[in-house]
Amino acid sequence: MTVLQPHLAAEVGVDESFNAEACMNCGICSAICPMDIPHLPRELFRYVELGMRDEVLAHQETVFSCLLCKLCDVNCPAGVHIADNVRSLRHYFNRSVFRI
Amino acid sequence: MALPTGATIGILADNLRLRRSVLPIPTEDAVRWTRGLGLPRGGRRVLYTGLMYQLIPYIEGLVTAQEQLGDSWLAGFTGVGRQVNKLLNISRFMAHPSREQREAWDRIPRNVALVLQRAGVEFGALYEEDLYSGALAYDLGADEELREHAQIVYAALRRNGVQEVITIDPHTTNMLRSVYPTLIDGYDLRVQSYLEVLTEVAPIPTHRLEGEAAIHDSCVFARYEGVVQAPRDLLEGAGLTLREPEHSGTQTWCCGGPLESLFPKKAAAQAARRVEELRAVSGRGVTMCPLCYVNLQKAAKDRMRFEDISDFLRQAYEA
Repeated sequence: MTVLQPHLAAEVGVDESFNAEACMNCGICSAICPMDIPHLPRELFRYVELGMRDEVLAHQETVFSCLLCKLCDVNCPAGVHIADNVRSLRHYFNRSVFRI
Repeated sequence: MALPTGATIGILADNLRLRRSVLPIPTEDAVRWTRGLGLPRGGRRVLYTGLMYQLIPYIEGLVTAQEQLGDSWLAGFTGVGRQVNKLLNISRFMAHPSREQREAWDRIPRNVALVLQRAGVEFGALYEEDLYSGALAYDLGADEELREHAQIVYAALRRNGVQEVITIDPHTTNMLRSVYPTLIDGYDLRVQSYLEVLTEVAPIPTHRLEGEAAIHDSCVFARYEGVVQAPRDLLEGAGLTLREPEHSGTQTWCCGGPLESLFPKKAAAQAARRVEELRAVSGRGVTMCPLCYVNLQKAAKDRMRFEDISDFLRQAYEA
């Protein structure tokens, strides 16, 4: 059973630039990612938007494996701030999981 | 195996809060590059290193130690290491670069200072107040520590009467130009990379550069800061033939460096892929970021030789 947390997106996106909801799942980011990261950014952003906290936490290594190189950012037709959104996810991990 | 992510970020964030750098280095290593240059302290315009090049020999040592630790039973004690590190800087025991290794990196900020002086640009330096920008803390999402640190860096710049900052590497450029304004109310410094300053001043090269090199654009310069044309104009203007790899300019491929602190093996794999792209167009490469240089040269071993862009420019503008 998946437990949904309706406030997850607001908790992750404390920065106003967080715009995971703009993603239209076109897949350009996945196609050009030099790291071939399978879950970033599309799936993870969906989990955040849907409040699926456990799914987000299960992908900790994925979140911290992004290069933040912005190759996906500059090619995203929807203008999603992908690297900034990933940083927001990292900040969420730091506060909520690692207690830094 | 990698070290535990949370504890590793914790150590880096604690270091920034307690010691003003994710990886604290002795002051002597931070300021040695200024010797004999006669740079005034502070003033309207300063050359700001953000310690990026000075940190490299320590980063290399730490990454080697991390790789060894990650594969050993000691990895499970990283959390304990974080607690110890709050009292005692443990990175001092993990990275021991030789004097020769440490002094070798003074060359880059010295190159930049000499080229700028040669071009008639006037500037000072902050010496021991030239602090690390917090770039890695920003990348890792340690926002609270970064916000506090940015205020300290800005205060040091203001205290020294600085209005304009000339940066060397892409990460410090990005932090001081694009990130700090989002963290500090009233931030009003003008920040330019030395490559941009030189392009504006447009000094005439005194020596012609021979041969060719594959250009490796830094992701941060190309996609975060829009610095793409300046390095090309300077190098080609001095006679160097630049070879563009398949992924170039705003579509450049990362060197893998951003993963070095958490996943060194993933960083090495990405660097190896990038080296193959660069090798396909030339046996000699030019980089403009210390992290790119180290990661790519380590992956290339003796199959390809990389040089920092400032080494080329120093040669082109030598007296």
